[in-house]
Amino acid sequence: MFKSLKRSAKGAEVPHGKATAGQPTVQMPVPEHVVIPMSMHIGAPAEPVVKKGDAVLVGTLIGQAKGFVSANVHSSVSGTVLDVAPMRMVNGAMTTAVAIKTDGSQTVDPACVPPTVTDKASLLAAIQACGLVGVGGAGFPTHVKLAADTIDTLLINAAECEPYLTTDCREMLECSDTIISGIQAVMQYCEIPKCIIGIERNKPECIDLMCSLVRGMQGVSVKPLPMRYPQGAEKTLVETCTGREVPQTGPSGKPGLPADVGCVIMNVTTVSTLGKYLKTGLPLTTKRVTVEGDAIAKPQNVEAPIGTLYRDLIEACGGIKPGVELGKIIFGGPMMGGAAPSADFPVLKQNNGLLLFSKQAAALPEPSACIRCGRCIDACPMGLEPVATVEAFNNKDFDALKVHCVDLCVACGSCSYACPAKRPVSQTMALAKAWYLGELRKGGK
Amino acid sequence: MEERLLVTASPHIRDHSTTRGLMGYVVIALLPCVLASALIFGLRALLLVAVTAFACVAFEYLYEVLLHKPNTVGDLSAVVTGIILALNMPVGMPLWIAVVGAFVAIVITKQLFGGLGYNFANPALVGRIVLFLGFTTRMTAYVYPDMAVDALASATPLNPNVDLSAVSFMDMFLGLHGGMLGETCILAILAGFAILLATGTIQATIPVSIVATAYILTALYTGDPYVALLECMGGGLLFGAVFMATDYVTSPFTTKGKLFYGIFIGLLTFLIRHFASMNEGMSFAILLGNLMVPWFNVWGRQVPLGYQKAKKAKQKGGDA
Repeated sequence: MFKSLKRSAKGAEVPHGKATAGQPTVQMPVPEHVVIPMSMHIGAPAEPVVKKGDAVLVGTLIGQAKGFVSANVHSSVSGTVLDVAPMRMVNGAMTTAVAIKTDGSQTVDPACVPPTVTDKASLLAAIQACGLVGVGGAGFPTHVKLAADTIDTLLINAAECEPYLTTDCREMLECSDTIISGIQAVMQYCEIPKCIIGIERNKPECIDLMCSLVRGMQGVSVKPLPMRYPQGAEKTLVETCTGREVPQTGPSGKPGLPADVGCVIMNVTTVSTLGKYLKTGLPLTTKRVTVEGDAIAKPQNVEAPIGTLYRDLIEACGGIKPGVELGKIIFGGPMMGGAAPSADFPVLKQNNGLLLFSKQAAALPEPSACIRCGRCIDACPMGLEPVATVEAFNNKDFDALKVHCVDLCVACGSCSYACPAKRPVSQTMALAKAWYLGELRKGGK
Repeated sequence: MEERLLVTASPHIRDHSTTRGLMGYVVIALLPCVLASALIFGLRALLLVAVTAFACVAFEYLYEVLLHKPNTVGDLSAVVTGIILALNMPVGMPLWIAVVGAFVAIVITKQLFGGLGYNFANPALVGRIVLFLGFTTRMTAYVYPDMAVDALASATPLNPNVDLSAVSFMDMFLGLHGGMLGETCILAILAGFAILLATGTIQATIPVSIVATAYILTALYTGDPYVALLECMGGGLLFGAVFMATDYVTSPFTTKGKLFYGIFIGLLTFLIRHFASMNEGMSFAILLGNLMVPWFNVWGRQVPLGYQKAKKAKQKGGDA
């Protein structure tokens, strides 16, 4: 009760819609061509190292990481480089992309051999070499995260709190061995004594499986998470699993990170990909994607080569249902994913869902006046007060935005979801945060 | 296949709650009180409720048509205001006075301040207070139910001439005594409260803190827990706590703010009832509470996840 006086932070009661959780992942037929952008991670884009006409194999390095906060990019198919050219990505940013015409043989590059890992430095080097990024959605280069040396707890994010998505669920059911070996490698070489696997309670079979696998493993435990979105949000996960609060501002004066309270978070699929790489030497070249929504003929999980166009992925799932008019394409989950203007964009490393909504499902309700009911406050996982923050932003009140800690907004969308007046609360919060940070850079008003 | 795709910022789904739905739950929660008032005071109660609710909707519609504003009658908030206002009148209230009350509530208190979401005080409450001050004899001319022939036959139980310890608990609980339409039947109010909680329309914080504060203070002051209980069951305390103090627009939005607000209203009600020249203090207590809402929101601010102590100390001034 005293906790709720401090902050309500109940999260949103989103639907689950995880109908694909029970179906095995389907291998996608090799598409005719793929387009692989050099920027599929947070940080500097990779530098293309192939040119038009080059022959590439599965796992061939095509983009070299540029700097520490960057990630290598590998070919996901065997074939010939069609073009190396600038492209506009689905989020609107420009980047260089390598288009490859496939030959269908999917021959693996002989250079792909399991790395030799003996200590933390060699583990990080191996992770950087394989181009591993946070595949849960953020795309943050994994070796940067693990480089911090103040970590005592490894958190495995298997909450998969977004509705519809079931890729992490399938990863746990299909690849539990590489999850465990990945966790072991990280714990051993990064000298992290404790690991907590956080799984939302809507996946009881995954909780049971992981519980049985970690039994007897020193320092590893499974934490069932409440069925409230967004359990998988970084700071929420840290608090639920360890009771620690990621500070608003870290010791460096920059926004606080889980590392500031001794935690590092890895998505369950990321850690599993690491386990696979250490075993086989095959870098991150394919991605499981949940193709769902009321407009798709065969909703299912598909393992697709990175760079596969949405168009081909939709085709592999039986296309759009006959008689249904496609209204919206969403990459990622329905709460935080983006809407794509067309189906001509490639699957990226960090994509885990492709949702196809009919015109009816895509239609959004008309907003009406705010009735100050406070549901946005109850829903906000960070304990912010969106109703007051939006008001402060409408008045362009810098000091009020500071008091309301708008910089802590994680853009999870819970406030918009919960709003009975159907107001674009979360969208306005995003504008408010951007405006606030802009003013802050200008010297605080 | 994708000639015209919708591109919007996330989130792409919304829950099913709507303003109209929430107001609909309040209407449903008010029905036990309406029904009880008809049973206790006769069918004229229904006429009064219907006329007041209709007048509220009509004023809202006319105002919006005349000022070329979007029509918001569909959100049902005017219906809620109308029913609550009617339940705040004695059964013998002339209908034209009820219409005046509806005008004050909808046009003056709500629409002139910008409509739903912008009014600083609960419209039905201001309507009630204006009627109470403007038509005092009419508003206190209670008609008594035929069923109740006891100590209460002459006045509201809060009248100082009534010996509360001689009052039957069951009569109080079922509302078989003089008073405003909706406020006498405790059973109906509790049923409405249960509906509001079960549908998630309101949280229990405000009603519980109001009633608990008023009860504890009264019990301490009178030294008799039973009399204090009866006193909390009399007058508009419970009805106001459940249906009027919990109005979204005019109550604080954080849990801590709601708690402060509830305690404030409970305290004021107690003070007005016992130390001011009025038997009934609830409406003025809520009105003052409404005016204090911006402060309760500031004092009741949440502590965000990761909020740092150094800054917290600076903020602390308001929390006292």
